[in-house]
Amino acid sequence: MTDTAYNFAYLDERTKKMIRRAILKGVAIPGYQVPFASREMPMPYGWGTGGVQVTAACLEPEDTLKVIDQGADDTTNAVSIRKFFERTAGVATTTETEEATIIQTRHRIPEAPLTEGQILVYQVPIPEPLRFLEPREPETRRMHALEEYGLMQVKLYEDISRHGHIATSYAYPVLVEERYVMDPSPIPKFDNPKLSDCPALQLFGAGREQRIYAIPPHTTVVSLDFEDHPFERGGTGEACALCGARESYLDEVITDDHGTRMFVCSDTAYCEARRRAGHRGVAAPPGFAASARGAQGEDAA
Amino acid sequence: MSGAALAMAAEDRPLLTVKGLTKRYGARIGCADVSFGLWPGEVLGIVGESGSGKTTLLRCLAGELDADEGRVDYEGAQGLHDVLALSEPERRRLMRTEWALVHQNPRDGLRMGVSAGANVGERLMAVGWRHYGRIRETAADWLGRVEIDPGRIDERPAAFSGGMQQRLQIARNLVTAPRLVLMDEPTGGLDVSVQARLLDLIRGLVRDLGLSAIVVTHDLAVVRLLADRLIVMQGGHVVEQGLTDQVLDDPQAPYTQLLVSSVLRV
Repeated sequence: MTDTAYNFAYLDERTKKMIRRAILKGVAIPGYQVPFASREMPMPYGWGTGGVQVTAACLEPEDTLKVIDQGADDTTNAVSIRKFFERTAGVATTTETEEATIIQTRHRIPEAPLTEGQILVYQVPIPEPLRFLEPREPETRRMHALEEYGLMQVKLYEDISRHGHIATSYAYPVLVEERYVMDPSPIPKFDNPKLSDCPALQLFGAGREQRIYAIPPHTTVVSLDFEDHPFERGGTGEACALCGARESYLDEVITDDHGTRMFVCSDTAYCEARRRAGHRGVAAPPGFAASARGAQGEDAA
Repeated sequence: MSGAALAMAAEDRPLLTVKGLTKRYGARIGCADVSFGLWPGEVLGIVGESGSGKTTLLRCLAGELDADEGRVDYEGAQGLHDVLALSEPERRRLMRTEWALVHQNPRDGLRMGVSAGANVGERLMAVGWRHYGRIRETAADWLGRVEIDPGRIDERPAAFSGGMQQRLQIARNLVTAPRLVLMDEPTGGLDVSVQARLLDLIRGLVRDLGLSAIVVTHDLAVVRLLADRLIVMQGGHVVEQGLTDQVLDDPQAPYTQLLVSSVLRV
């Protein structure tokens, strides 16, 4: 049901054209932050205004949209953005990674492998990876232009000198196609290897900072590191308590006031698909069905 | 010409040749028609009162200001460079490899938000070092060479005294073994005993590393200790230049005579 008071996907066509031009430029120069005239969206900054604008510019009526927040399809941010596009674009929505043509995400890359033709849209709070070390925008732009990335290494050096290892665990800086250093948005570094040689198009939108950047399909993306402190993917070493998965990214959930905890897949669609296929974790009750996962999530919250 | 003679000829050529360097601020003069040569291993002092154009001159050399006229040739490791005509990336590469700039205020030259080790290591990482252990080892070694306890490698510069900050800045600049160091009032703002130790340290480093340096200062004692040759500036013009002892002991220009005679003797 489309609300006819709005143009298709909320934004007017001229704005979408402007955003598409920025996206095309971003695709042409992988990892380069393209400025764009970010619009006011009917949601607060920090809720994915950049991602929503990129999604709106990419959406076609025949698309199927999936929206995730920290891997989950059922959190407030994901639900509200999904409803927003159901209302303003009338597109089909799904929670299955495989069925979606456009996936808007906050803080995760889905566990299921992405395929050619899919678009993954990231919500980005701070697009500039050098920002916390160099506050001047003209200077960071110059550093990108001249490939002066020693400073990024200084951040990793500080991590090791303070913690004994590279303690950056999310928004871990990457080098795109041996040229631009890029902030992959606050995804866990566990997801960093999935950025590289991905068959899907990856688009990044930062609404407040007014930047769009992109990783075209099958682009080489390398996580920065030191020779004697190589990049490590990390992970808990645990298995999902509901579906028993060991190779997915797990959330730690505190279940009572005495520190009892369980680890569950952060990607809810992936977890449910595994349970439908008969996988069981240690905390899955007998006959535990996919629909029970929602109740579990509410308990945790 | 034989190989040895060629090498001799290279030795004979100045590292830096400045010709007719002029910088105007509108109708006023920053520095006018400054010419000098700097030979390998030589320390050149530039003295003059406040507003005499010595810092303008240094900033023109470092590329922080665009000179209006003149030419600066630098005999680099990869041949002769016309410094003022260098593109931005070339100039910045030169500034982090073969040249170094020591600021008067260490806060301008240091990154105050990161540790001492990272401050020294930054130049190494900027020229492509990617081995944490070796970067740290080199940083610790350099802290020792500028008389900072290597045990304080993980402290931030804010935890250091003014003299230590200045020495840290020097370590940060010298770690990539530059050939030419530009210093702007390196001992300004430090008390006398700290100044003396710092001067001693700089003199030792310059001799050991065979550096060429240009030291801008208003303090005649600094140039007496450090500089081989001296340029005296007044109102943007060079009024006298020559060997340091010659200029200080037998000043010719009236302004230099005034300058030398106004130094307080204790």
